[in-house]
Amino acid sequence: MSTVAGEMDHHDHHHHAPSGITRWLFTTNHKDIGSMYLWFSFIMFLVGGSMAMVIRAELFQPGLQLVDPHFFNQMTTVHGLIMVFGAVMPAFTGLANWMVPMMIGAPDMALPRMNNWSFWILPFAFAILLASLFMEGGGPAFGWTFYAPLSTTYSSDSTALFVFSVHIMGISSIMGAINVIVTIMNMRAPGMTYMKMPLFVWTWFITAFLLIAVMPVLAGAVTMVLTDKYFGTSFFDAAGGGDPVLFQHIFWFFGHPEVYIMILPSFGIISAIIPAFSRKKLFGYSSMVYATAAIAGLSFIVWAHHMFTTGMPVAAEIFFMYATMLISVPTGVKVFNWVATMWRGSISFETPMLFALAFVILFTIGGFSGLMLAITPVDFQYHDTYFVVAHFHYVLVSGAIFSIMAAAYYWLPKWTGYMYDETLAKWHFWCSLISVNVLFFPMHFAGLAGMPRRIPDYSLQFADINQIVSIGGFAFGLSQLIFLWVVIKCVRGGEKAPAKPWEGAEGLEWTVPSPAPYHTFETPPEVK
Amino acid sequence: MTTNSPTPNPTPRADNARVVRRLLFVVVGMFGFGFALVPLYEVFCDITGFNGRTKNEQAAANTRSVDTSRTINVQFITRVNKGMPWGFEPEVKSVRVHPGETKVVNFLARNPTGQNMVAQAIPSVAPGEAGLYLNKTECFCFNQQPLAAGADTKMPMQFYLDPDIPKHIHTLTLSYTMYDMTANAQPDVIASFEAATSAD
Repeated sequence: MSTVAGEMDHHDHHHHAPSGITRWLFTTNHKDIGSMYLWFSFIMFLVGGSMAMVIRAELFQPGLQLVDPHFFNQMTTVHGLIMVFGAVMPAFTGLANWMVPMMIGAPDMALPRMNNWSFWILPFAFAILLASLFMEGGGPAFGWTFYAPLSTTYSSDSTALFVFSVHIMGISSIMGAINVIVTIMNMRAPGMTYMKMPLFVWTWFITAFLLIAVMPVLAGAVTMVLTDKYFGTSFFDAAGGGDPVLFQHIFWFFGHPEVYIMILPSFGIISAIIPAFSRKKLFGYSSMVYATAAIAGLSFIVWAHHMFTTGMPVAAEIFFMYATMLISVPTGVKVFNWVATMWRGSISFETPMLFALAFVILFTIGGFSGLMLAITPVDFQYHDTYFVVAHFHYVLVSGAIFSIMAAAYYWLPKWTGYMYDETLAKWHFWCSLISVNVLFFPMHFAGLAGMPRRIPDYSLQFADINQIVSIGGFAFGLSQLIFLWVVIKCVRGGEKAPAKPWEGAEGLEWTVPSPAPYHTFETPPEVK
Repeated sequence: MTTNSPTPNPTPRADNARVVRRLLFVVVGMFGFGFALVPLYEVFCDITGFNGRTKNEQAAANTRSVDTSRTINVQFITRVNKGMPWGFEPEVKSVRVHPGETKVVNFLARNPTGQNMVAQAIPSVAPGEAGLYLNKTECFCFNQQPLAAGADTKMPMQFYLDPDIPKHIHTLTLSYTMYDMTANAQPDVIASFEAATSAD
């Protein structure tokens, strides 16, 4: 500990951090940038969440009451885009910025100036996307998947803004991913071999490779949409010799690895929290690493399971069905390892652990409905229904977002130097847990009964289910304000946090004081 | 476990630059791969017949012997793209052919509007694998079709089925979708309108 304090002294004299807004504009410090990413993603979470509230308010009753269908479509589209690219992905990048250098004993990210750049282009991307909602003809209304010809022939004039904002988001993610890879490859402390890295570092390392492999493909897809719409090309236009189904292949070649980009870092977070609160070592560390790599590899050969109803030949459907089901093997290894870690552990139930436990159970429910969707013949019934909506919200909300909240509670004492309010946090957890299930579980039944997704109105037999779902939705939305309150309260003060507030926690981040000093590990620690 | 313990690097910046260069190479490569998927998809569909692709070009003249032991029902479906005002239908809904036998089917098109228009028909075959064995020696779908205001026309399509067509295929469906190409018409197709007007 004394060495760390010594470092700080030595640091004070060689440059004074600029104050005010310029501190944040020009910062190259991984902790500052991590905090900005986290706050940005939380703001986007609330913006995207308000759009979900509009959707649920409209669907509270059958018939059209609040918004017109075109605006409803813009809400579903922009809700999806913001939650995927604005909330979940930047939150993970923020966590990587804060934690990866501290976990591997590095003083900062390898490319700090690029780090500043990759954060600061993000607000512009989302400003452009949100501004497009106020253009004549409205913003993007073709779903976050922007299938051609909806996004080409039938889209509004503001589609170019959508395309450019996705370009900027893509550039930001790619730069963030490159930074993570270079940091992990070149900046590990002496003795920190690859197989000693914490799983959060491992899962982010693999995620970063997925990002640089598929974000450029997304950039290509939006570019083709741009030229088809404005410059007369025919990539997806059958009349000119193109093929709209080709769009779906290109999109999902990006889109399926993308869903693992949004869940692999969660696996790393959960693999840090469950051992800490079970006071046991993680069961099967190396199998966790290999399972993560296996999931990442398989994610490239399953994309067409999103397209079973496009009229693919049976042989291709069977291939994609089995390839998809194969993913449940490494995922099952992970769930098994988490449960085995808890087995005979001395478990305590602080809020990070509660979110982690909810993650394991609810993510697994989402995984099972995913397996159901993978079965080609029944997918014809489930395709484009609320069953799909239920499935991906279980893996993304009670999966990815719950893990982000678990991470926030777990590391808040390290970030702020104060303990968060445990009572309020428990309120946040229980309200979220109950409402998220009221919100998403009945959607399975609506979907099985045939309610299509992305519609502003529905037939009367779905009225009761939608009312319950909407109530769950409003409750879940409001519950997140408790989280905002807890975080603000914790930033402003509270019980002083020790360097290691969690008895069973392991890792280099707990060897530095709380709050973590502005500069850590300028002299690399020795890892044995 | 692994031996690559990261010893303090004498030139970490140079090393970072090397890794960044490699990663950027992957990024550029994957951006290119996204576009390469377009021709790859074309080739893949042409080879396998996936996705109902059928060669939209003139096949070699039929020199195959007729296999009278088999009869295949060939059905025709036509539709016009959304917003396209033409009438478009086959003269017959289906024909029964022996593999190797040459048949001609006429398609009727009518332009009910007051404007000269140009259209393009795009074929699709179900089941997809049958597309590989459907050979057209003459088809209106090879070219853009001009049609003067209020005019109608009979458009022939001559085809034969390759006798190698798999045994389990008893019925195949050939579907045409007619697209409005007036805005993107080829110059020689537009010239045909002017030739027709001056001949009057």
